[in-house]
Amino acid sequence: MAPRLAIVPLGDRALVVRVGDRIGDEVFARVQAVLGCLETAHPAITDIVAGFTSVTVHYEPAAVRSLAGEAPHAMLARTLEARLAGLGASPVPHARTVEIPTCYEGELAPDLEIVARHAGLSTDDVIARHSAPSYVVQMIGFTPGFPYLAGLHASLATPRRAEPRTRVAAGSVGIGGEQTGIYAVATPGGWNIIGATPLSLFDPLRDPATLLRVGDRVRFVPVARERYDAMAGR
Amino acid sequence: MSVRVVLGGPSTTVQDLGRRGLQHDGVPEGGAMDTVAARIANLLVGNEENAALLESTLAGPALLFSGAAVVALGGGDFGAMLDGEPVAPWHAFPVRPGATLALGNARSGCRAYIAIAGGIDVPVVLGSRSTCTPARFGGVEGRPLRAGDTLRVNETELPHLRRALATSLRPVHATTVRLIAGEHQPLLDEPSRAALFGDALRVSSRSDRMGYRLSGATLRLREPVELLSAGVTSGTLQLPPGGEPILLMADHQTTGGYPVLGHVASVDLGAVAQRRPGDPIRFAEISLDEAQRLYLERERSLDALRRALSFPA
Repeated sequence: MAPRLAIVPLGDRALVVRVGDRIGDEVFARVQAVLGCLETAHPAITDIVAGFTSVTVHYEPAAVRSLAGEAPHAMLARTLEARLAGLGASPVPHARTVEIPTCYEGELAPDLEIVARHAGLSTDDVIARHSAPSYVVQMIGFTPGFPYLAGLHASLATPRRAEPRTRVAAGSVGIGGEQTGIYAVATPGGWNIIGATPLSLFDPLRDPATLLRVGDRVRFVPVARERYDAMAGR
Repeated sequence: MSVRVVLGGPSTTVQDLGRRGLQHDGVPEGGAMDTVAARIANLLVGNEENAALLESTLAGPALLFSGAAVVALGGGDFGAMLDGEPVAPWHAFPVRPGATLALGNARSGCRAYIAIAGGIDVPVVLGSRSTCTPARFGGVEGRPLRAGDTLRVNETELPHLRRALATSLRPVHATTVRLIAGEHQPLLDEPSRAALFGDALRVSSRSDRMGYRLSGATLRLREPVELLSAGVTSGTLQLPPGGEPILLMADHQTTGGYPVLGHVASVDLGAVAQRRPGDPIRFAEISLDEAQRLYLERERSLDALRRALSFPA
């Protein structure tokens, strides 16, 4: 029996659909189902953003044609509730798998040793365990195109760096806590960097601008430095 | 017609009303911080409200106009001078070819808007001409203007009228900022709750278009909460572990995982955008219903202004 979805306001221009309390396959499947279900729920909706256990619905209050006396948030919440009634844990729609060529070497992997030491593994084992799973993009956030990936081998979980770097290069592959992700643009960041991909995860002039979207499956494919350089056009 | 940047100032960027509908890709909405000031400035020169204009923070640029133009200033008063003659905000004025418009330091407010009839012609990137400085795209190469930049202005028939916005229609910012309660506000301990609605909070110098850090009081929850990141919105007031709240602004990250103390009513975001580092921020409670009522009322009054200012065809 699926838990009841709660719809709560997030300020005066967004609502949140709470799907569950903890990260897990079941909650993720329901987040996916909610995303699909709400896509065309109301013309006032301007954006629908997946969180780990929730879905945030942004809307334009002036575009909600509410009945006299009813505030736009209440009207929209009722509409969403009606849409979501009877929503089951429908199977996740066919997911793409995107391969991410990743070089786990040298200065591209400044924190690989830290992760290895923390896990009590060799760096080769870290690479093997990081590149084995099929990860799921659970959320895009932090910066444009930054994917939060679920499925990290528990032994590789490593706390974020005490001192975040002031600049992490785009393409850097990192581990932050129990998650792994890929820096999509150059930005300050506190995750442990264990490699880099030559692929561009965010290019505002490309269509689509982001390489990955929520629900995609991701595999890291280790490549040698020469291959990385060739792919990066260096 | 084009405008040459003679002096960039500390931070002047090209903005419009931002990128809608891309937060699911992690792309911030961005756009003008004080949307009402930007919309009115555009309307005064006969532009669409969403036309690209300049937003200056704390001090303005000096601009050399290659051709005739009509300009309006909105937002803070930055002591603007047109060829050495003072020009006041909130009215449209003609600019001769070869004239220089120079904005100085903010005398009031924090952000000034410079709207030019026709709108600034920079490429549309992901549906907007706004500068997204955190990810370095949009506007002029994704960065603030600097001396030597040239901005093209879209050709348009110049309005002849010298139009001023009636004083009664100019945005008035109350001293309090109205806050809709957020999910974790009830978890604040008693002194922290008093501090949230007290008079100690100030805009810290560590504030920018992504967010305002508030200093002056350290807020604590009665018990820690572990949260998973989820979508957030401009105006969301978060409480990181350090205890100094962060108020998310136009270029905010699309997701966040800190406890949420509240959300600034959208009608008061412009007032916040005009606060400078060091200025006090005093919050007052408002219900969600009331915040939305005020929002709809404001949109209706902007509709009325748009009709009143619409040029004869």
